[in-house]
Amino acid sequence: MDLRLKIWRQKDAKSKGTFETYFMEEVSPEMSFLEMLDALNKKLIEEQKEPVAFDHDCREGICGSCGMYINGHPHGPVPAVTTCLLSMRYFRDGETIWIEPWRAKPFPVIRDLIVDRSAFDKIQTAGGFISVSTGGAPEANSIPVPKKDSDNAFDSSICIGCGACVAACKNASAMLFVSAKISQFALLPQGRIEAKDRVRAMVGKMDELGFGSCSNTGACEAECPKQIKLTNIARLNREYYKAY
Amino acid sequence: MATLDSKIPQGPLAQKWTKYKASVKQVNPANKKKLDIIVVGTGLSGAGAASALGELGYKVKNFCYQDSPRRAHSVAAQGGINAAKNYQNDGDSIYRLFYDMIKGGDYRAREANVYRAAEVSNQVIDHFTALGVPFARDYGGTLDTRSFGGVQVSRTFYAKGQTGQQCLLGCYSSLNRQIKKGNVVMYPRREMLDLVVIDGKARGIITRNLVTGEIERHSAHAVVLATGGYGTIYYLSTLAVNSNASAAWKAHKKGAFFANPSFIQIHPTCVPQLNQFQSKLTLMSESLRNDGRIWVPKEKNDPRTAASIPEEERDYYLERRYPAFGNLVPRDVASRAAKERCDAGYGVGKTGLAVYLDFRDAIKKQGKKTIENKYGNLFEMYKTITGYDPYEEPMMIYPAGHYTMGGLWVDYELMTTIPGLYAIGEANFSDHGANRLGASSLMQAAGDGYFILPNTICNYLADEIRVPTISTDHQEFADAEKTAVERLNKLLSINGSQTASSFHKRLGKIMWDHCGMTRNEEGLKKALVLIDELRKEFWSDLKVPGKISEVNQELEKAGRVADYLELASLLVTDAIDRRESCGAHFREEYQTTDGEALRNDAEFAYVAAWEYAGENKPHILHKEELKFEEVELKVRSYK
Repeated sequence: MDLRLKIWRQKDAKSKGTFETYFMEEVSPEMSFLEMLDALNKKLIEEQKEPVAFDHDCREGICGSCGMYINGHPHGPVPAVTTCLLSMRYFRDGETIWIEPWRAKPFPVIRDLIVDRSAFDKIQTAGGFISVSTGGAPEANSIPVPKKDSDNAFDSSICIGCGACVAACKNASAMLFVSAKISQFALLPQGRIEAKDRVRAMVGKMDELGFGSCSNTGACEAECPKQIKLTNIARLNREYYKAY
Repeated sequence: MATLDSKIPQGPLAQKWTKYKASVKQVNPANKKKLDIIVVGTGLSGAGAASALGELGYKVKNFCYQDSPRRAHSVAAQGGINAAKNYQNDGDSIYRLFYDMIKGGDYRAREANVYRAAEVSNQVIDHFTALGVPFARDYGGTLDTRSFGGVQVSRTFYAKGQTGQQCLLGCYSSLNRQIKKGNVVMYPRREMLDLVVIDGKARGIITRNLVTGEIERHSAHAVVLATGGYGTIYYLSTLAVNSNASAAWKAHKKGAFFANPSFIQIHPTCVPQLNQFQSKLTLMSESLRNDGRIWVPKEKNDPRTAASIPEEERDYYLERRYPAFGNLVPRDVASRAAKERCDAGYGVGKTGLAVYLDFRDAIKKQGKKTIENKYGNLFEMYKTITGYDPYEEPMMIYPAGHYTMGGLWVDYELMTTIPGLYAIGEANFSDHGANRLGASSLMQAAGDGYFILPNTICNYLADEIRVPTISTDHQEFADAEKTAVERLNKLLSINGSQTASSFHKRLGKIMWDHCGMTRNEEGLKKALVLIDELRKEFWSDLKVPGKISEVNQELEKAGRVADYLELASLLVTDAIDRRESCGAHFREEYQTTDGEALRNDAEFAYVAAWEYAGENKPHILHKEELKFEEVELKVRSYK
């Protein structure tokens, strides 16, 4: 199929960005979205032009590196899929595709479609851990955990830290991201001990870094490639009230 | 000339590690604060080591090329992590895990290291559980396990098909705790360009900041490489596309021997290649072979759909050839068997390069719900990639390059042949011999990082306590930086017509065709010539746009491909030298009448450790003889 691409190009954080138009011919429906961009970059380099910069790594939807706005949706129009696993079979011949970086104040653009998501790491550093040192752990089966709690903790723990929730939110709120980690630990007996300190520290850091407030719109849940649930945010709020 | 001293402690196998720890030199807490350690890589081994060393009080600098340590490729491991807990009362023990690994590795691993890996496996599970890793549990609240290839007990702990992600996030959390305490300083988006060696000791690294392009010098009393494997040498592999061998290769050129480079695992169950632009092959976890049955039609080039082929016309070739292990034979055996069927014309799908992995019987017997609980995310992923629903029709799979058993040579202390330089996790060679068993890479990486390295590195650092902070003004730093910058400039200045990826793709094809699942002398020798030609073409016709001093992903790629073009020759040389078949290294000239690997213990029971001798000079081979005191060398049979 033939496609018209409108891609955000921006030299660095300080420069002004703009949409550039590119044409791609004979795109195979079996390609992934990033493979289509690989092909575009090959073409651009051969034409002595600058390739489009974008983050990517595992290309199987688990590392969380990739992420871009595609036709107004983080990771594109297909639910529960990261950009790297988005297949070109979902696009039509002759279609125009708009491709932009995440747009949120705490995620400044580094170049083209690459943004700086180190704010996420800072939130995790503030309290996203259980304080246990190597060698000091009790025998693994000495603390039984109800299967239901463990399964629920798992469902919260599968966040890949891609930033789609922040990009989708009109307030650039990081509540879904933060609540997933808070929930995982709040649901496990190992994590309960530091629950109060953790929620204060992580929410405090989130606010300090300039993420917006949650207004329960639910765009984050709708766009999350890992289908992290809004109930995590409810649990975060409960944990937060309990901590003061 | 350097010699190989594996430093294996004396005494009975089961007591070596305990005895070693009891007698090793220590660094007192006040002195630890004065010692700097660089850790490159943030996967299970790297983040594990950085955390554990930080907890001990050392000053740690941790580097990764990704934007966050949470994205290291350990994240993609799926099926599970082994430990000898014997929670199932099925006769498991540290000794049995050790034995399975030695046998699974086709008797080409070091006994003492493997035993130790098995020994610390139980501590790894305790530690991850305490860190909040949500492993699967039974209804009574205890941890659940499942079976993996090449073993007959159930010892694999798992978190659905995302065990690597969960373990890595556990490591990331312990790393964050140390970052918060100020014991670890994190340097993301940095690529290591060279190792700095001063007076024969590893003293630092040169990095490029991948955002600003700035070339940086970092010094330390010791350097730890946790930089993973080199499976992307095939271009198409199950690895992250940016995974690379550059850090290990640079260390090799500075004096670290490279061991068994030709031992590369080809994983049997991957989504087959769909198009010519494909950038990677996605793994479908080995755990699927617990319930999935592998088959091809009994008729050659059978045009029928899977569903319309009746039971008696299906060839469940693994169950037929290996009744004792059936679909759960080790990876090397399963991969070769798939290739054999496809080469003989029984393959399925558009290209004929695929076999079926069928869940029909398991769904009938256990119900869709149970299967979904075990493998839900894998089935979803398969459907997302291919568009086909594995609940309705069998998956199509084919082998792909996956894990490198070879790597930097290390002694019992995980130190390379450069004093003060350590290699851990997949970056070293030591524990998996010629073939790795499933679910043992997370086990080994976490064991190396959290439990082994922190206990061995002190033996070296105890003699370094009088050495003040290493200055980056040393001539060696300036020289290494100069060489690194010159090389970047050279890559940029060729100004030819072909991209780095297009060279990488061609190199991958040479390696896959001639040094993949099966190898022969003629093909390997041809590969050497082809690699040489391609390397020359690369340095005369490469096109890299942009500058050093900015985000330049093409420049990153070009540097990695340049290193792969050198490593490829060594890999093929090693494969030529090993005139036997063992594990993943299958030489067509050396096989039994029924097509199984034919080992030659009399001549090849050694680790091939290659020394870099200089530009355009042949590598020098050093042999570390493998002494088996505990295990009797046998023909490896899964029949």
